[in-house]
Amino acid sequence: MTELMAPPDHAAVDAAWRRVQLARHPQRPRTLDLIPRIFDDFIELHGDRGFRDDPAIVGGPALLEGRPLMVIGHQKGTDTESNIMRNFGSAHPEGFRKAQRLMRLADKLGLPVVTFLDTAGAFPGPAAEERGQAEAIASSIKLMTGIQVPTVVVIVGEGGSGGALAIGVGDRVLALENAVYSVISPEGCAAILWRAPEAAPMAAAAMRMTAADQLELGVIDGIIDEPGEGAHTDHEAAARAIKRALLEALTTIGATATPELLTNRYARLRHIGTYTEDGAPAAEPELPSLRHRIGRILRLPGVPRRPRWSEVWPSGEDGPESEDES
Amino acid sequence: MPIKFPFSRRRSGPTDAWTKCPSCDQQVFNKQLERNLRVCPHCGHHFRMGIGERIELLLDEGTFVERDASLESGDPLGFADQKPYPDRIEAAKVKTGLREAAVWGTGAIDGQRVAIGLFDFRFMGGSMGSVVGEKIARCFEAALAERLPAIIVSASGGARMQEGTLSLLQLAKTTAPLARLDDAGVPFISILTDPTTGGVLASFASLGDAIIAEPRALIGFAGARVASGTVGEDLPEGFQSAEFLLERGFVDMITPRAELRSTLSRLLRLLPVAPVEAIEPEQGQHAWGPIGVLSGLAERVGGAVSETIGIKVEPDAGGSGNGDRPARSSGAPEPATTEDER
Repeated sequence: MTELMAPPDHAAVDAAWRRVQLARHPQRPRTLDLIPRIFDDFIELHGDRGFRDDPAIVGGPALLEGRPLMVIGHQKGTDTESNIMRNFGSAHPEGFRKAQRLMRLADKLGLPVVTFLDTAGAFPGPAAEERGQAEAIASSIKLMTGIQVPTVVVIVGEGGSGGALAIGVGDRVLALENAVYSVISPEGCAAILWRAPEAAPMAAAAMRMTAADQLELGVIDGIIDEPGEGAHTDHEAAARAIKRALLEALTTIGATATPELLTNRYARLRHIGTYTEDGAPAAEPELPSLRHRIGRILRLPGVPRRPRWSEVWPSGEDGPESEDES
Repeated sequence: MPIKFPFSRRRSGPTDAWTKCPSCDQQVFNKQLERNLRVCPHCGHHFRMGIGERIELLLDEGTFVERDASLESGDPLGFADQKPYPDRIEAAKVKTGLREAAVWGTGAIDGQRVAIGLFDFRFMGGSMGSVVGEKIARCFEAALAERLPAIIVSASGGARMQEGTLSLLQLAKTTAPLARLDDAGVPFISILTDPTTGGVLASFASLGDAIIAEPRALIGFAGARVASGTVGEDLPEGFQSAEFLLERGFVDMITPRAELRSTLSRLLRLLPVAPVEAIEPEQGQHAWGPIGVLSGLAERVGGAVSETIGIKVEPDAGGSGNGDRPARSSGAPEPATTEDER
């Protein structure tokens, strides 16, 4: 392993890594553990109407305190067998297309949408590629930015990259205390930037992926406290806490008129990110005079040649490898 | 450093005058490569292209006007791996002469004005962080406000890890304006060049009304390293190529670089921005002429009139369970003034 620039802050690294492990805890409540504990009724709907039913994403209409809504979530397994069936909660394109179908149904009927995020990421295999994984995620995101019903997102475990965001655009985004949210898995980040998968804890700290960090960065709007040592110790209490948060969020945003809801959702996304801008207006294009235009063609002395863009930003050889995310 | 004599021309040797084609292994004279639009004259391999050359390739000379050039990245996470993030940005600036991995502005293609955004892969792998996301979003918003077709030329490894989830959320920030372009009848043409992967492909780049790819470009969701690492199996040859995506129906066409400009020009004629008048009638069900008057009347006196004169009266959308659906907007975006309350 290569030497590090600065000595890592061991306490911060350990704390971040502990959260990652809690978020991945095998006994952590999954979407299908939470649904019966939160909702009065639920009927699961299956299939994307195009290819197959993806068990890594589940969803359907449910009743929350007697009021109908649409609930959609990633579904990990609880043991090896069910994990294989659920593909460890990593969805194929048809999973996201099923989610889209359910969201359109919610939009049609005016049902609020609630999503539960718990995935290491969208599945990256050849089968997913050939059915358009990127397109499925992109169109899911686009749909969520425009559906005309209140949408609440709860990150319950791992919020892994594009596969999480595909069902993670909302008017309120909440996270359980020990949930994490990241642009790439810490292992993936470590493999690319540290060139050592064992640097994953350091990558986890550097990416600031804990719920508290995400709140500070403005990516999420609130944190739901977990019982005891974590949600895995008491599914009932965790579900009660989520239910309370859902009721509160839906009451607030449910009272907002649709145009305002959409304007706020758009503004929320548009404000994410940090950058500096010197505020100076971009240079106006100088309209060349006739003398200049003729002079340029005839290459007269004293007539400045128009700069070519390839000279302003010259091309060179290709850079190092991409900083891609999964 | 070798000593160079003015009379020894041999020393200025092939290292910087020639480029080896990675596809056919032939040596290509650099001047010839530039003249040939950075396409290998032997095998047609498309070398990567800088933003400047791309502008000259696609736009009418002298029409490009860059906008928001002053946007620069911050370091929101205080991110450092083996090198602090600000140092990486600084190095990329020096290497490329660019201030970020993307540039946007307006220009014209055969006299047809467009809003265009372009990526440079050499700037941190064309990765999308806050600034790149902001530029792409502003490009789409300008296309909406000025009713110009939008074009994005992508070359990116995906979201920029050094800005964490702020980068991830740029996928949503750049995609949200596309729904507004749909409502306003403004086309978006996405051009995928080598390589376009990860978060850029999993957002706006996959959502063009028409999608053009360059020959043999690497285009895929997961980088090959991520995929083989996660899946633990050998990946089929060429499964993330432009040709594969065309076959599977995810891009519309593969266009050699020499024909890119003329293809774009034709597409812009065939997919024009919808005229504003064509959109107006859909702004409200009661907006047009006599029927509008009748249904307006019908609304006031209730269902009786509609039964008598035999027209169907839509219930007022505002009262239905769906809430009031905002009408198609024909013009500027609503100013994003509302901060969300936490």
